[in-house]
Amino acid sequence: MRAALRSPVGLASAVLLALLVLLAVFAPMLWGDRAAAIDTDALQQGASAEHPLGTDQLGRDILFRVLVATRLTIGLALLATVIGVGTGLLLGSLPAVLPRWAARIVTSAVNIAVAFPGLLLALFFAVIFGTGTVGAVLAIAFAIAPSFARLTQTLTAGISGRDFIKAARVCGVGRFRLLVRHVLPNIAEPLVINATLAAGAALTSFAGLSFLGIGVQAPSYDWGRLLGEGLLRIYLSPASALGPALAVVLAGLAFNLFGEAAAAAAGGRRRWRGKPVPHHESTVDDPGDGLLTVRNLHVTFPGGITPVRGVSFTVHDGEMIGVVGESGSGKSLTALAVSRLVEHPGSVTADRLDFDGRPLRSIPDRDLGTRLAMVFQDPMTSFNPALRIGRQIAEVSEVHQGLSRGDALRKATDRLRAVRIPDPGRRAGQYPHEFSGGMRQRAMIAMGLMGEPKLVIADEPTTALDVTVQREVLKLLARIRTERSAAVLLISHDITVVAQTCDRVLVMYAGRIVEELPTDELFTAARHPYTTALLAAVPDLDTDRDAPLAVIPGRPPEPGEITAGCPFAPRCPLAEERCRTEEPELSALSDGHRVACWKSEKELALAATGGTR
Amino acid sequence: MIKAQRAEGGTWLPFARRRAVRFLTSLWVLVTASFLMIHLIPGDPVRESLGLGAPPDVVEARRAALGLDEPLPVQYWNYLTGLFRGDLGTSLVSGTPIGDLIGDRLPATVRLAFLAFLFVVVVAVPVGVGMAILTKGGRRRGGELAFTSTSVVLAAIPEFLLAVGLVSVLAVQLNLFPVAGDDAPGSWVLPVLALATGPGAVLARIVRVELLSVLGNDFVRTARAKRLPARLVYLRHALPNAVTATLTLGGMMLATLVAGTVLVENVFAWPGLGSTIVGSIQQKDYPAVQGIVLVYGAGVLLVNLVVDVALALLDPRSTIREA
Repeated sequence: MRAALRSPVGLASAVLLALLVLLAVFAPMLWGDRAAAIDTDALQQGASAEHPLGTDQLGRDILFRVLVATRLTIGLALLATVIGVGTGLLLGSLPAVLPRWAARIVTSAVNIAVAFPGLLLALFFAVIFGTGTVGAVLAIAFAIAPSFARLTQTLTAGISGRDFIKAARVCGVGRFRLLVRHVLPNIAEPLVINATLAAGAALTSFAGLSFLGIGVQAPSYDWGRLLGEGLLRIYLSPASALGPALAVVLAGLAFNLFGEAAAAAAGGRRRWRGKPVPHHESTVDDPGDGLLTVRNLHVTFPGGITPVRGVSFTVHDGEMIGVVGESGSGKSLTALAVSRLVEHPGSVTADRLDFDGRPLRSIPDRDLGTRLAMVFQDPMTSFNPALRIGRQIAEVSEVHQGLSRGDALRKATDRLRAVRIPDPGRRAGQYPHEFSGGMRQRAMIAMGLMGEPKLVIADEPTTALDVTVQREVLKLLARIRTERSAAVLLISHDITVVAQTCDRVLVMYAGRIVEELPTDELFTAARHPYTTALLAAVPDLDTDRDAPLAVIPGRPPEPGEITAGCPFAPRCPLAEERCRTEEPELSALSDGHRVACWKSEKELALAATGGTR
Repeated sequence: MIKAQRAEGGTWLPFARRRAVRFLTSLWVLVTASFLMIHLIPGDPVRESLGLGAPPDVVEARRAALGLDEPLPVQYWNYLTGLFRGDLGTSLVSGTPIGDLIGDRLPATVRLAFLAFLFVVVVAVPVGVGMAILTKGGRRRGGELAFTSTSVVLAAIPEFLLAVGLVSVLAVQLNLFPVAGDDAPGSWVLPVLALATGPGAVLARIVRVELLSVLGNDFVRTARAKRLPARLVYLRHALPNAVTATLTLGGMMLATLVAGTVLVENVFAWPGLGSTIVGSIQQKDYPAVQGIVLVYGAGVLLVNLVVDVALALLDPRSTIREA
């Protein structure tokens, strides 16, 4: 609760609450007489300098009456809240100690009562307890109780599965003691916060009952009663109704906002911090125009976090390129950036980012939607659960190719058949949750085939799938490439997947490409210590099964913690002084083979062949 | 949707059964509570309603007229069978059948609640959607703060106090709308505004938060990868997926709105059930109170039922979720 005071809203509402308490304590002593003073010369006056809110039918000053009524209003609201919360706690925790059948009755009674709005419950109980102050307090208390009982039940159920409760149970702690000593203290915070909110609700409901004439009765008066009286004179003096109304609103707000601030403080807030990272200028000059040309690509987030730092590569027509790296290496963001899908607050900059001979930025959606296909990692979540598969696939042609709904659906069915989905006509009419993971991923590929894709970007398309299904999806991608001469950019953390299917491999680490080489050289000529470590971590038939699996010690740096020097240096067995101070650029080793490392080719070759493999 | 139900037929039937059982149980509890109300009143409700000076024979006659001289189970049976015949008893004050009284007053309340609900949906949903789109990804922090604080304050003002404020400013001082009643043109504007503003603010907030969380889903990225126009991404892909949570909370809000009519009607002297029940409570016209409580309670239960069924139709998976 104390943390709530740190937010401006929490502080303001706390000050307002303190003011209300002061008024409640002192106002009747200070102004009690003046609030009761009858002035026959000033009956039913409007607002004036002497009576800012006017006077009532006996000439009593309404402003003083509002101030003095603070005590009764707040007092009754708090009393009703205490009784209501107490009853709710009792009802809510009873099921934990009662025999099962009785617990069920209490629970369902609470569930039924919760369905009714508090005001209806209050009216119902007001009839039973009779009109008047006592009746209204009980009515409001009993109207609060069900929702509090429900809250207690939910919270209790939430923690009863926790280990410390189980432990206490194992130790033979009795049910009642368990509840009082172990359960209630652990759910106290949300209960207190909700009690604050309930106090605000009690205050306004009480005002409502008094306003309706079934709460506080004359000659006593609270804000609700003053409001009801004021409404009768609203033509003469609107201020006499507005004054008490404003008092109720302010007090209600004070309770509500304080409760909300306390809840927000209890929930905790995460702040995003990051160190600014110097931008790196890539010096790679490869004039070759490809289908996709990427030069010095950066993806930046607020706070100077730059998960992709100067990536350059080229994809040629019909090529299959693999991008490998651990999670967090920036490979997925690179994929999103080259498909123009990075969203605010991320920003993409590049010296060149061209697709199909044009700057990516300038390509109209219609062309991009038909020529660039995307396949995402998780087929379970990448389809809209509320739309049929066929419709989601057909949408592409409806929007970009001007096909009618029926024609588009026929085309979608045809494409589903092309990705070997059995009974595509029926399947097109189904929802995503009726598809298996592998089928969904194939449907996702079918979606990309609605246009004439020149490039398919597949971001970890097989990670979420079974090994057997993985192979089918990879075979499908390879088939699309040969049959439709589309290029494929395959992103994977699994170097073997890439090795099996791709022509060239880009190895990414900490937001940069550290090595690029043809796949057929991967196992013989890989040079970067990170690439060789990745390869060494793959077990094969010759691996000594008694030895522990090879791993790369340490973990990759977070985008916010990249400092000067080669980011792999802390994990690199070959690292020397220069590696820790200066970051190496990607430079050509031979034709089609680039590596970013300070070590000489000879040293690297020696390390690669003499390593664990 | 029809096909979806058939596909989900396995869960649809148990859902319907479970939901029907719950509705009927709640209704039975409501009827019993309304029957017991008169017996739970401490002291003698008849003497209470007639005043302490009433002669004993009048009290006895009234007791017999109310059927209170019979044993409790018999009274309960009579009450239940009466309800099935549509007989809610007669008013102690006017002597007219309660059924007629309710039939007379109910339409005004239903009209008020319906207009308010319409207003909430027509205004709050687009506002929530618009704010979600404008503030997604942490854009326009200032706008977000303004929207959130405005909606918190609006939602915290009880409808009857808002009603008083509206009356004194727009009706009394600016003379734009009638102060009370439902006969003058435009007389419905202020009651509807008073009733709809708070729930509308809550709903707009819910819609915004729900839509923002939906916009973070993978399938929205898929829709963007298809290069669909923004309009389709939001309206066809995102919004339907925010409906479930919105409708669940919206249903609770609608129930509160039904109850809110009681207070608002009293501010505006709206000739509906709300002003009638308060008068009946003050006059200790217990049969009338019983009848009207029953109508309000049944209204709330009906709203909850309709919301659950609508949820099941829109999102077949919701039939499995509860239980």
